[in-house]
Amino acid sequence: MGSEILRDLTFDIPKRSFQFLTGPSGAGKTTLLRLLFMSLKPTRGQIRSFDRDIATIPTPELPMLRRRIGIVFQDFRLLDHLTTYENVALPLRVRGKDESSYRTDVLELLKWVGLGERINVLPAVLSGGEKQRAAIARALIDRPELLLADEPTGNVDPPMARRLLNLFLELNRLGTAVVIATHDLALMDQVEARRMILTEGRLDIYE
Amino acid sequence: MSDRDAGHEAGTRRPEMRVRPTGPIVPPTNIQSNALAVVIAIMAFLACLTLGGVSMVRATAASWQSQISREITIQIKPDDNLDMNAALSKARELALSFVGTRTGQIMDEDATARLLEPWLGPDLDIKELPVPRLVVITIDEQNPPDFDAMRSILKENIPQATLDDHRTWVDRLVSMAQTTVMIGLSIMGLVFGAMILTVVFATRGALSGNRHIVEVLHFVGAEASFVGKEFQKHFLKISLKGSAAGSFAAAMVFAGLSYWQSRSLATPENDQAAALFGTFSVGYGGYLGIFATMLIIALLTTVTARLTVMRTIHEIDQIRSDPARTDILPD
Repeated sequence: MGSEILRDLTFDIPKRSFQFLTGPSGAGKTTLLRLLFMSLKPTRGQIRSFDRDIATIPTPELPMLRRRIGIVFQDFRLLDHLTTYENVALPLRVRGKDESSYRTDVLELLKWVGLGERINVLPAVLSGGEKQRAAIARALIDRPELLLADEPTGNVDPPMARRLLNLFLELNRLGTAVVIATHDLALMDQVEARRMILTEGRLDIYE
Repeated sequence: MSDRDAGHEAGTRRPEMRVRPTGPIVPPTNIQSNALAVVIAIMAFLACLTLGGVSMVRATAASWQSQISREITIQIKPDDNLDMNAALSKARELALSFVGTRTGQIMDEDATARLLEPWLGPDLDIKELPVPRLVVITIDEQNPPDFDAMRSILKENIPQATLDDHRTWVDRLVSMAQTTVMIGLSIMGLVFGAMILTVVFATRGALSGNRHIVEVLHFVGAEASFVGKEFQKHFLKISLKGSAAGSFAAAMVFAGLSYWQSRSLATPENDQAAALFGTFSVGYGGYLGIFATMLIIALLTTVTARLTVMRTIHEIDQIRSDPARTDILPD
């Protein structure tokens, strides 16, 4: 087994809270997000998610719990053969919902993130910022209880970063707990929010 | 309002964006899936061709056996003290007195001369030569007569007569036919084995390019069974397309050969082909076998696709409990 990436971390993410997760590159931000998303199990220690110990959740139950979490991957992970609209609607589609039941919601969200004119476009044609926004919209579409975003403003200019931040704040006001992993200090300075700083596997929290 | 005004009016309002009809979650065509369809078509063609070939060889071998064992021959050697015609009639009478015999035919002098013509030429006068004469008796294959009893009675009454029940020939033919069928079945086994492996590996190859789709679906909350079903549907379509094309082509080959054979009856080419392969018709059983092969291939691809997708999901989940295996995780 390799060296420990994270150790002695104790923290909680309260409901409806908003926090930044920051630290230098390689500090373990992405690993921590993966632990929170239940795509990794801790080698020791305990992580409780929605009142369950994630190490003991049986595999078939994971999709149901993941439906309560929205995640924005650093590399977007949009499906190249689906349009912006179809990519954003994907979480609802895999839940077996009928297209007519969510079409208006998806179109509204796309307008809200500024992609109202790009609904029928494939990801290959979208700019980095547009892909970023489509990935964020996909994470938000089912009103998750927790939103995890890995460097969500990494590919956009400062005005767009500001717009995306407002989007996360708006979502937070509607009741979603938000964790944004970033090392963009300028972005963090724009909001009075809890900061979780990871350094060499340790975590310091500034309320 | 004039047309121009109407156009202007329409131009001032931005039309509502229309969503295109929702596309399938698994991309409908790409290079891998086209290549898979071609591989499946080729393997289906070869498998069906072998299947039809083996069924043809079996039918031909079975007909050889039954034709040759349907007859026995009584041969009477000439002798100075023997009235050949009386002996022939007597032999036929004796043979037909046994249960299990059907008809008896004495080979007359002309027929005997024709039999010897390839060796002795057309101008043969059979009376000048001490040529043995034959009586051909057809027998009931299901209920053959007692050959030993017939042999001894013939010997008692006509010492110059010998009975040939073709046992040696039949035995040789049976073993040859069995060997031919065994070789055919072995080749069919090999072709089917190769087909299964090729289809399984080609399906897995085509799926490897779709790993990111499985991953994204899994992470946006799709259950494993949902992802499995989507891929299963996709691969069933590809394999049905491929195996239907291959099987149809094989069926056409047999139908074409059978047609050619029926059109060219009694030509030297056809006689030669018929002697080698028998008739090209594979019958309803053969076409049913071709259809079954097509379904087996389609099922095989679909099941492989499902198992591969399930294993991919299992691997993604496996990383949860083995953090050392982050090699396939995205950054």
